[in-house]
Amino acid sequence: MAQAPSPQAPGIKGWIEYRLPIFSFIDHSLGSKYPTPRNLNYWWNFGSIAGICLLMQILTGLFLAMHYTAQSGLAFDSVESIMRNVNYGWLLRYAHAVGASMFFVVVYIHIVRGLYFGSYKSPRELLWWFGLVIFLLMMATAFMGYVLPWGQMSFWGATVITNLFSAIPGVGQSIVHLLWGGFSVDNPTLNRFYALHFLLPFVIVGVVIFHIWALHQHGSNNPLGIDVKTPQDTIPFHPYYTVKDCVGFGVFFIVFSWFVFFAPNSLGDPDNYIPANPMVTPPHIVPEWYFLPFYAILRSMPDIGIPFTSIVFVSSKLAGVIGMFGSILIFFFLPWIDRSNVRSATFRPVFKIMFWVFLLNGFVLGYVGSQPPAGSMLIIGRIALAYYFLHFAILYYISGREKTLPLPESISKAVLESHDHHH
Amino acid sequence: MANSYGRLMKKISLFIATSLISLAAASAAYSEGDQKAPRKLSWSFEGIFGTVDKQAAQRGFQVYKEVCSACHSLNRIAFRNLTEIGFSEEEVKALAASYQVTDGPNDNGDMFQRPGKPSDYFVPPYANAKAASAIHHGAVPPDLSLIIKARHDAPNYIHSLLTGYSPAPADVQLGEGQYYNPYFPSGKLNMPPPLSEGSVTYTDGTPATVDQMASDVVNFLQWAAEPEMEARKQMGLKVLIFLAVFTGFMIVAKRNIWKRIH
Repeated sequence: MAQAPSPQAPGIKGWIEYRLPIFSFIDHSLGSKYPTPRNLNYWWNFGSIAGICLLMQILTGLFLAMHYTAQSGLAFDSVESIMRNVNYGWLLRYAHAVGASMFFVVVYIHIVRGLYFGSYKSPRELLWWFGLVIFLLMMATAFMGYVLPWGQMSFWGATVITNLFSAIPGVGQSIVHLLWGGFSVDNPTLNRFYALHFLLPFVIVGVVIFHIWALHQHGSNNPLGIDVKTPQDTIPFHPYYTVKDCVGFGVFFIVFSWFVFFAPNSLGDPDNYIPANPMVTPPHIVPEWYFLPFYAILRSMPDIGIPFTSIVFVSSKLAGVIGMFGSILIFFFLPWIDRSNVRSATFRPVFKIMFWVFLLNGFVLGYVGSQPPAGSMLIIGRIALAYYFLHFAILYYISGREKTLPLPESISKAVLESHDHHH
Repeated sequence: MANSYGRLMKKISLFIATSLISLAAASAAYSEGDQKAPRKLSWSFEGIFGTVDKQAAQRGFQVYKEVCSACHSLNRIAFRNLTEIGFSEEEVKALAASYQVTDGPNDNGDMFQRPGKPSDYFVPPYANAKAASAIHHGAVPPDLSLIIKARHDAPNYIHSLLTGYSPAPADVQLGEGQYYNPYFPSGKLNMPPPLSEGSVTYTDGTPATVDQMASDVVNFLQWAAEPEMEARKQMGLKVLIFLAVFTGFMIVAKRNIWKRIH
């Protein structure tokens, strides 16, 4: 900052740049002056795709907000009016609803990529934290957004999830009344959820700025998980990764469009096309698919007390809430739970198996979450829940001892060797 | 050491895989319960090229008007919308005029009745849910505008429901005004069998079998639930073609640019 600004270049661009160095800022952020590891594979596309998803949600959401009515007697009708009477209203709403699911798919892949290649490890712990905060904010935003159409699942989902807070000893019930704005989920709940649903995406944008800021400090991790050592290890972000991102955008939008135009309701529950009715409880209250693993954890927790007695220290409800939040919060500690100095699973044979088992276990939890919690489903849910947390304990133990494979000398050397193999 | 961890992990993954399989089997047995799965039929509106069969939808409208509308409202459809399934504007005008619609208040502050106009919405059979439930032993016949989107596998479900009434098995106790239908979640339905051979007389000469009327009304209700469906799918095809070309160009561009550093 102390150095004198470079002299003004000719033209309008030069005039602006001399006063506000925005062009060089962009060039250093996403352009030819941003050195990026030359070996990033397509799993590294999902960060920029997630950014596109956020932008799409904000834009479609803005136009939906122009037609939506946040009043419990009118909300459902106003959504149907958007579908039927607003020009391309169906496109806006389907893009927004499918967009939420797509955003979660993309962010889950983005997170899982980080897990596999060790992107959470030093010096990217804060980058990882900001990402987790974004994920938590997304969950809150999506949950409140799902309430807005005021269908049966909106209403009963809101009732179930807000009721969770009543498990907190002492202040629980007061928190629930505060969330509801009354003594049940009703019009005040809808109004505050709408206000928060509009606000939170912009908070996410703020955290995304920090996420990208922290990213630029040390640059992207890479599939080998080794540090950039020489300029030969990097290539400029533009044009190499801008064009690679464009390929990803194309493929992503094909999938997105297929759902929007040909299967817009396949990711949602039909019950949400029934207007909210506080007098009729749906037989199965199920959240959207992206919450299912956490919903399974919530419902699988047993009472915690002394076995074979009626002494209970923590009710299953409170344990479920702690388990559900804990299942995400534990990821904040991952950079210290995983003690290995090697980042990429490519060079960690044991970790690699643990990774896939953990992922599979996540799918099992998701499936359990979609089913009524009874019989074998409850038992499987409990085993999967136990393994979910056990994974981190095993990881702590193993990561300090595991034998890793030899790391390549440098990114550029590894890339050149792999080319020699191909030719 | 690493090897023994590996074996442990393999055991765990095997265990999880086995649980996954048993879980799938268990859920298949569980989720069905007593409710009979609907029979799978093929519908013209299915698939990415699927369209509304307008003849069937028009016949289905006749079934709705002459049978279903006695109990079920269709609140989200205006008479004018019927031109989308091939009725002419004159037909719609005449149809709307055959209904009496409450309007007002007039300059004296009174509500009044007048013949319907194409811009009016379908007139519901009951003043409110309480009135409906008083007549139907506590059940409220649902509005049908969104029924195709509000039930799992709705086209098949509704067709099976309308054609699937059967005598109650010995172990099923029906309440007053209830009918047995194995396709309904509880098996006990407050709706009497609505269709019987010849319930309507089709103007196009199609024989009005129960099966025919049920599938026609499904076609009509499919349109009512998703009036945008054809426009949506047509736009979708154009968008997909554009995106395929865009992605193709980007793949070529990416290959050319990356050649420089290979």
